[in-house]
Amino acid sequence: MKISTEKLISIYEKMFRIRAFEEKVGELFAKGKLAGFVHCYVGEEAVAVGVCQNLDDKDYITSTHRGHGHLIAKGGITKYMMAELYGKSTGYCKGKGGSMHIADASKGILGANGIVGAGFPIATGAGLSFKYQKTDQVAVCFFGDGASNRGTFHESLNLASIWDLPVVYVCENNMYGEFTPQSRHQKINNISDRAASYGITGVSVDGNDIFAVYEAASLAIDKARKGGGPTLLECKTYRYRGHFEGDPQEYRTKEEIEDWRRKDPIIKLKKHLLENKICDETKINKLEENINKEILEAVEFAEESPNPKPEEALENVYTDIIEEARK
Amino acid sequence: MKEMTYGKAICEAIAYEMRRDKSVFVLGEDVSIGVFGVTKDLFKEFGPSRVMDTPITETAIIGAAVGAAATGVRPIAEIMFMDFIAVAMDEIVNQAAKMRYMFGGKITLPLVIRCAAGAGIQAAGQHSQSLEAWFTHIPGLKVVYPSTPEDAIGLYLSAIRDDNPVIVVENKSLYAVKGKVEDEFKPIPLGRAEVKREGDDVTIFATGACVSKAMMAANELEKENINCEIIDPRTLFPFDKETLFKSIEKTNKVILVTEENKRGAFSAEVAALIAEEAFDYLDAPIVRIGAINTPVPFSKVLEEYYLPSVEDIKKAVKSIM
Ligand SMILES: Cc1ncc(C[n+]2csc(CCOP(=O)(O)OP(=O)(O)O)c2C)c(N)n1
Ligand SMILES: [Mg+2]
Repeated sequence: MKISTEKLISIYEKMFRIRAFEEKVGELFAKGKLAGFVHCYVGEEAVAVGVCQNLDDKDYITSTHRGHGHLIAKGGITKYMMAELYGKSTGYCKGKGGSMHIADASKGILGANGIVGAGFPIATGAGLSFKYQKTDQVAVCFFGDGASNRGTFHESLNLASIWDLPVVYVCENNMYGEFTPQSRHQKINNISDRAASYGITGVSVDGNDIFAVYEAASLAIDKARKGGGPTLLECKTYRYRGHFEGDPQEYRTKEEIEDWRRKDPIIKLKKHLLENKICDETKINKLEENINKEILEAVEFAEESPNPKPEEALENVYTDIIEEARK
Repeated sequence: MKEMTYGKAICEAIAYEMRRDKSVFVLGEDVSIGVFGVTKDLFKEFGPSRVMDTPITETAIIGAAVGAAATGVRPIAEIMFMDFIAVAMDEIVNQAAKMRYMFGGKITLPLVIRCAAGAGIQAAGQHSQSLEAWFTHIPGLKVVYPSTPEDAIGLYLSAIRDDNPVIVVENKSLYAVKGKVEDEFKPIPLGRAEVKREGDDVTIFATGACVSKAMMAANELEKENINCEIIDPRTLFPFDKETLFKSIEKTNKVILVTEENKRGAFSAEVAALIAEEAFDYLDAPIVRIGAINTPVPFSKVLEEYYLPSVEDIKKAVKSIM
């Protein structure tokens, strides 16, 4: 599949933005500037970007606890994300959600989610809504290998399959559910094998190969858009950082991480861009510099933003009721 | 006597029972390591045949524990964060709680469900809730809520030996808190409250992490010559009314403090019991303190506003003195 130069550069830019954002987040967490549970996406960038590059603002995604990458790939703005991680009033959720709940409905982002496997039926419902309204929108459900063992996986894929809903279920198989390797939480290697039991297409691709992800996602999304029903797309990848920031990672070896770093999706794409003269070094350096600057500005924005006022906690529970203040 | 954290006490109590009774085993997500590290040493001692890592599958964790309990063993099922218990509500509410009754008493379910509740670590809306009132509402379940390492040991011994489904609520902000425990482990009968502090002026009824907040408030109020008595029920069902009513009979005033958002909280049930059965002892209205009626917010300032505080307790006490 041919990807235009312009698109390839935009893909590289987004992947690099995710990496830069996440590495900064890790650094800030280590310094004690961020709190709560923060799950970084470093290493998995090709999946979010390869998929979302085939979507536009009117399409929807459901994300996970490891959501920053999906958000950036779908057009989320880093300064509002960073401000949310800081719990500031200028953040995406006005400080109410934090890392695990960032959402931007205007960009078709139905939110990160703290409940593993909660995205399946929600994305399925978005697909139902599109079919009901006869639009050509598509919903993408991102989920992990660990999440594929939840009952919601089965119920949602079955429903989407019998109703031919425009949903693409994208599994980020990063080889671990929390501290448990895939081999100890399921007996199959390819999660896409499960598609057969719903009578839908299942595909597994190298999730660190942006071209493979892009092409497979493009086919699945096209098919869904044209009324062809759901696809289960598995992307095999790896997270370099801990399950959450602060994870001592006793369950895996440094060698394993190093092996995967040699298959880094961003380095691979950069090499492709340079070797095929799609982009020269100066242009890439400039692009990276701009993003690094953007991330620093995001941190500055977050740090300088005000905290929410305590009473703001009472707003947004309902459309029409503000809860009673503490006496 | 020795010092031990709340987390370690839970681990030691479960280990004690596992040594005594081969039919006791633990299952849950990543229990061999543990997000809070509570069960890690259990895995070291008992290995994977009795400390079982499951996939991410709350429905089957609880459901399988119900099936196993019904057929001769005594499972301890862990739900990592109490919030995730919502995933397994059918297994708890429609199955575990009702099986014995619906089958005419012909089955026993010696089952323990552990879960980490509570806010205060900026874990936001889906990792911070206190949902104990969901379960005290359901006939067929027992609900236990230790507030100290010593109580955790005694209550766990009883919960594991109990022949009914018992939900043990652990407050995650307490895991690292140390306390004295007796060298010899002894069960604390379910349904027995404890007077955590004696006083004549006002009764403060508190659960979980609110017990230490009540204690701090009481210590500060003492400087103003207000003597608070603190009652920790330790078990929410069966509920020890007598200890609470006896205290109110003495103080004639009562403040109820729980971490739950106030609407429909367990404290509402307690307030109703007092109003129905101990009204004559009261010289002042019952005051209930809880979290505001919202999901748990992420931002530190919002979370602090959300939670009941030591200041709130002091203010409440003074409002009825
Ligand atoms: C219903 C539920 N159970 C358990 C958890 C705790 N938890 C958070 S992330 C996670 C592992 C998820 O693994 P996977 O789906 O593979 O995603 P990854 O973290 O690898 O991206 C677990 C068990 C949760 N958040 N929700
Ligand atoms: Mg995973």
